[in-house]
Amino acid sequence: MSRRTPPASEITPEAVYLRRRELIRQGALFVGASAAFGGGLTWLTGAGSGGPPPDAAPLPSASAIVKPDAYRPKETLTPYEDVTHYNNYYEFGLGKLEPAENAHTLRPRPWTIEVSGAVEKPLTLDLDAILKWFPLEERVYRMRCVEAWSMVIPWLGFPLAALIEKLRPTSAARYVAFQTLLDERQMPLQAERVLDWPYVEGLRIDEATHPLALLAVGLYGKFLPNQNGAPIRLVVPWKYGFKGIKSIVKLRFTETQPVTTWSAQAPDAYGFYANVNPNVSHPRWSQATERRIGDLERQPTLPFNGYAAEVASLYRGMDLERNF
Amino acid sequence: MASGPLPWLKPAVFTGALVPLLAIAYRAASHGLGADPIKEAINRLGLVTLAFIVLTLACSPLKTLFGWTFPARLRRMLGLCAFFYGTLHVAGYAVLDQRLDLAAIGEDIAKRRFILVGFLAWLLLVPLAVTSTKAMVARLGFQRWKALHRAVYAIGLLGAVHFLWRVKTPTAEPLAYAAVILGLLAVRLVSALRTRAPVRRLLG
Repeated sequence: MSRRTPPASEITPEAVYLRRRELIRQGALFVGASAAFGGGLTWLTGAGSGGPPPDAAPLPSASAIVKPDAYRPKETLTPYEDVTHYNNYYEFGLGKLEPAENAHTLRPRPWTIEVSGAVEKPLTLDLDAILKWFPLEERVYRMRCVEAWSMVIPWLGFPLAALIEKLRPTSAARYVAFQTLLDERQMPLQAERVLDWPYVEGLRIDEATHPLALLAVGLYGKFLPNQNGAPIRLVVPWKYGFKGIKSIVKLRFTETQPVTTWSAQAPDAYGFYANVNPNVSHPRWSQATERRIGDLERQPTLPFNGYAAEVASLYRGMDLERNF
Repeated sequence: MASGPLPWLKPAVFTGALVPLLAIAYRAASHGLGADPIKEAINRLGLVTLAFIVLTLACSPLKTLFGWTFPARLRRMLGLCAFFYGTLHVAGYAVLDQRLDLAAIGEDIAKRRFILVGFLAWLLLVPLAVTSTKAMVARLGFQRWKALHRAVYAIGLLGAVHFLWRVKTPTAEPLAYAAVILGLLAVRLVSALRTRAPVRRLLG
């Protein structure tokens, strides 16, 4: 066989050779159509995965932080990346990643909190002034979302009870209502009627003054990232996460139980108390188990999210299946 | 190998249909599904299923409205893709999320209406997938086969309701799917009434 003649197996059949343009055209159509079809489907059914958001500012000084041993459970912390990229914060979007992508519009300083209702002296407080009143504590709490997942988060904050004591509510104050900022330039989804804005939450006064109830201004030793409720949010570890109202601008002491956002939106699913309770199902899922973020297995959910020894006495004599 | 007009069409749609699965698998492997990857993967598989059901339902209306005949040639494959992704969606829920805890799964189906309708939708897909071959059409007889495969309308509606009942607040996406499915059904209903009307006149 001479070098000039290729083996028979490599000789393109004439029929194919004559159709070469057609075959190339068909091939291109195949590749283009499959890429367009597959890409379109993928885009339509869940594309989004954004870049990292601007990082949270470090605290001015790390020296004033106390770390009480009582609030350090022996559980693995949920990674910072997950705590800050898996958020329910509908003011910035309904997806779990959207708050991290969109919350850069929130301006956490200057920030004031208006105190009103049944207090000796209604007033407006500057957040930085409040922060000078109390030492910051690091407390590691379990956070159980009503959607049956949970995290373990090292919060930085001070007890709500300490602030309430300073504010001197009157004897008429049986409840505290909290309100999130209402400003659709800072919170884009407030332009849409996703929920009845502004977000409102509330606690009975004995719940609010319980030592576990925390006003958090940071996590993992830094100020709160915007998507986690900057600059100040409530953390009530024995209740479902939605009780932990974010970006608080108003605090009102009331005689009657405040109307809270989710309990008004879907009263069959979300109660005023919202204590973590494995025996009371959500209409769409069981609350008996939860998935700790980062785990693949589910684990049993504990009554009061494992804080029953501390808080169960608050509800003595109450039917917790009715007052869910 | 390929014959007839648009020989590239079927292989292209088949290949494209695998892209969402590859995308989900890639993201799952690269921490791209967020902090709760199991839930996110299940949700995405469910959405892809619904998209394929919509595409399957769209074949006839596209012919009615625009005279396009090529979608009808893809219908069986699109329907089988819906079954394929629907089965992955159900398996993801039962195996990855619930760890085959049959008591918990049974309770979910009995107590939660969104799971019940979703489960019904998938159950209805099974006989359609089983009878999707030409041999089965012959065995059942075309009329009976056609009657059976009308279940795809019910599957579409159940799927849309499953999605609507799943979300916390009525958001645009499930409403859009429900609207599209209702629109596609409307086109078929109108065209069915139109073609039947002269027959009835003749009979009357």
